[in-house]
Amino acid sequence: MASQTSKSGQTSKAGQTSKSGLLFSGSDWDFKTLSRAYEAIEAIAIEELHLDIYPVQMEIISSQQMLDAYSSVGMPLMYRHWSFGKHFLYQELLYRKGGRGLAYELVINSNPCIVYLMEENTMALQALVTAHAALGHNHFFKNNHLFRQWTDASAILSYLDFAKGYIARCEERHGVAAVEAIIDAAHALMEQGVFRYRRPPKLSSERQREGVRERLEYEERSYNDLWRTLPRSKDGTKASGTDLGIAERKKTLKLPEENLLYFLEKNSLVLEPWQREIVRIVRIVAQYFYPQRQTQVMNEGCATFVHYTLMNMLFDRGLISEGAMLEILRNHSNVIFQPGFDDPRYSGINPYALGLDMMQDIQRISTEPTAEDRDWFPDIAGNGNWRETLLDAWANHRDESFIRQYLSPALMRKWRFFILADAASEPHYEVASIHNERGYEKIRAGLAQSYDIGASRPDIQVVDVDLLGDRQLRLEHKVKNGITLEEAGRDATLRHIRTLWGYEVSLAAIDAQTGGTLNERSTSQIGE
Amino acid sequence: MPIFVDRRLNPKDKSLGNRQRFLKRAREELKRSIRDRIRTGKIADVDSEHAVSMPARGTGEPSFSDAKDSGRRQHILPGNKHFAPGDRVPKPGQGGGGSSPGKTVSEDEFRFVLSREEVLDLFFEDLELPDMVKLNLKEILSFKPRRAGFAATGSPTNINVGRTMRNSHGRRIALRRPKQEELDAIAEQLAILEAEPQSAAPARQRIAALREELERLERRRKRIAYVDPVDIRFNRFDAQPVPNANAVMFCLMDVSGSMGEREKDLAKRFFVLLHLFLKRRYDRTEIVFIRHTHEAQEVDEETFFYNTQSGGTVVSTALEEMRRIIEQRYPSNEWNIYAAQASDGDNFVTDSERCIGLMDGQIMRLCQYFAYVEIIDERESHIFGSTDNGTSLWRAYSVVNQRWPNFQMSRIANAADIYPVFRQLFARQPVLQKSA
Repeated sequence: MASQTSKSGQTSKAGQTSKSGLLFSGSDWDFKTLSRAYEAIEAIAIEELHLDIYPVQMEIISSQQMLDAYSSVGMPLMYRHWSFGKHFLYQELLYRKGGRGLAYELVINSNPCIVYLMEENTMALQALVTAHAALGHNHFFKNNHLFRQWTDASAILSYLDFAKGYIARCEERHGVAAVEAIIDAAHALMEQGVFRYRRPPKLSSERQREGVRERLEYEERSYNDLWRTLPRSKDGTKASGTDLGIAERKKTLKLPEENLLYFLEKNSLVLEPWQREIVRIVRIVAQYFYPQRQTQVMNEGCATFVHYTLMNMLFDRGLISEGAMLEILRNHSNVIFQPGFDDPRYSGINPYALGLDMMQDIQRISTEPTAEDRDWFPDIAGNGNWRETLLDAWANHRDESFIRQYLSPALMRKWRFFILADAASEPHYEVASIHNERGYEKIRAGLAQSYDIGASRPDIQVVDVDLLGDRQLRLEHKVKNGITLEEAGRDATLRHIRTLWGYEVSLAAIDAQTGGTLNERSTSQIGE
Repeated sequence: MPIFVDRRLNPKDKSLGNRQRFLKRAREELKRSIRDRIRTGKIADVDSEHAVSMPARGTGEPSFSDAKDSGRRQHILPGNKHFAPGDRVPKPGQGGGGSSPGKTVSEDEFRFVLSREEVLDLFFEDLELPDMVKLNLKEILSFKPRRAGFAATGSPTNINVGRTMRNSHGRRIALRRPKQEELDAIAEQLAILEAEPQSAAPARQRIAALREELERLERRRKRIAYVDPVDIRFNRFDAQPVPNANAVMFCLMDVSGSMGEREKDLAKRFFVLLHLFLKRRYDRTEIVFIRHTHEAQEVDEETFFYNTQSGGTVVSTALEEMRRIIEQRYPSNEWNIYAAQASDGDNFVTDSERCIGLMDGQIMRLCQYFAYVEIIDERESHIFGSTDNGTSLWRAYSVVNQRWPNFQMSRIANAADIYPVFRQLFARQPVLQKSA
């Protein structure tokens, strides 16, 4: 019958493909071809680049679903909140207007590593995306020390599942408005809701969490201040006035504390257990994304380097046709496009471009170094082993230290970097350094600094709280280089902190150099 | 070997819940935006998608961030062309060509599109419509499948056997597919020949020839299918909108000086609601705008709502004009005629009698429904209440109201008063179908 003939026609076409040695031909993809391409790419990646990856789960999604994923910060599941709706509308608008194409892929740091592929992609693009995400990003997630130490790839999905369900149950029990108020407030503090210096505790398993929650609920039901058997200390108030008392108090509360969400979750006087749990959920989500934000250049650089290298290797081995390779290269060069600062299209440094250039530069330095490189990088120049050098860099650095360590003068010349000093008091910028002998060190340090999240975000800490007095929560903002907080945002955020804390909150701006107080703002001055 | 998961068929609109939450939060501002649109837009455009700008209040997401205009900082930028250390670059003014980073459009300054449903929800909000009515109005015209010839593709349930077999037959003849009878005949002949014991050379040749022929025919039968996919025909169905008659809606409004902004705004909502109803019920609805002072004329929508005209008030001129237009363009056996009249009730005393005459004599016979609203001041609403005394037009129409069941009238002081005028319209829908 005719239908059978058409089917056998298809198989013969696929047979031709494998005969000619190409992984695929034409732009259509199917699961068999995807799988064949993945296996070829993985084999080369492990053999030639020595990558070490989590198992991969590839999910095919439509553009609508990609937009959905965008708006829930790229996670496959997320609790419900209006702000995600707002982001969705924004992304949708950009997409509809054609102002921005969608990403070809999205990858989630989990074990197994989940890679989203868009159904609209051609087969050539799917191969590119597989190399980029399923191998490049995947390797980085598994091996970079920040991800290894700070996030728990195997627990995140089950945690988000729990979070979504928990918040939905809270909405049923306490009303959407009450839950929203807490999430709004916690979202405002997400930037200040991460441990920067000490490692966060590991996520506990679902059963442990269940146990803790039951205990909290029991305590909530059975607690009654009437049954307090310890006598109140008479001199408690007196002691708190003295320096000794303050020191003691700070010690018991573990002050100063940089993680505001953590502090509020543990010490707030008004939050109910379910509210604490919500604050905790937001904090854990913030913590999960913290390493990603510190490794943009490296993560994208690693993935871009991997896909570029792998695709070229596949092409050299005759596994990809010239047409497909051209399409891949066109997309590749779109991704790494970097306009100059005076170009109207300039919107900051493209992490893909900088990352790829640095990786390739390291490759160059270790294989064919110049005299200058030997001078600057005595330990890696000419060691001939670019694979191990890169693997080592990927495992042990974040953007800041990576740039500080590996940005070479050659690359600074290529990019024609310069530093523009910007003082608010002056009517003009001043060019401080350019890519010359005197400027290299400064540019490298400056660029590294700009990727240091700890330095570029406002440094705000809890310094004191008088639990027996007016219970005012005292925060301190270390003002560096005279950069103060934007006032409307500061006041609105302080109001949110008051919601979580329950009493007045004050924020003192302390000059980091002199230690002098610049100003102090309290929620009692702000009003509703 | 990676695991593949095809998520394309997963339920869509995962963000719908978040979107609704967001709209709820921005409700007040969105409502104002919709109201503005009703005030400025066209009546017929109300129930469609609508772009609104991001509401500023209640949707901000504050956080601690650095003030841009304070302190000292460094920007590290690529693409230096001719700068040397110590060069000074003037700071760009507002909107100048930017060299400082971070010049993208902020997420808080964008417009997004509300769906038709969401627009209607917001529109209905202070009209206090019963839920049933809201549902009815939002419902989109129903379709009925209607036979429309044949198609080469379709679902198996729609196979047209007659057509398919006819095609199959034609194809079999054209390609000369051997019939079963031919095969049977040869097989019979073979059997007879083989049964004979003698094995003369010509007989053996004949047997071999027959065998070959039989084999050839069988192969041919196999190659040419009895029914081939190319033969199959399906019944084709077109989605046909449920046949509905046409409707025309007359908007009559007094535009003399006494009708202010507030009055016109209320009148407009009244017209919009009737139009929504008609649009749902009828395939084609047309709107005729007639404005009047002491004389009436047909105008376009723009003029109807925004041009003022000075003069006295003679309502009967508008009714005359309406009757004239009906006679000329909308024969009542082809059109369902609806009329909505808004006025502040002023009329020349002698004219009111004439109005009663016109209504009784002709107009009420032609109209499906005539709704009259008298827009009054909010302070007056409790004085008038439901009493029958009032403006001269009100008293005149009260008489008409008693004689004609399809006449409705009401005094309205705010938007919530509008719906009762239409209550009957929504309550007994099937009866209103015109037997043309």
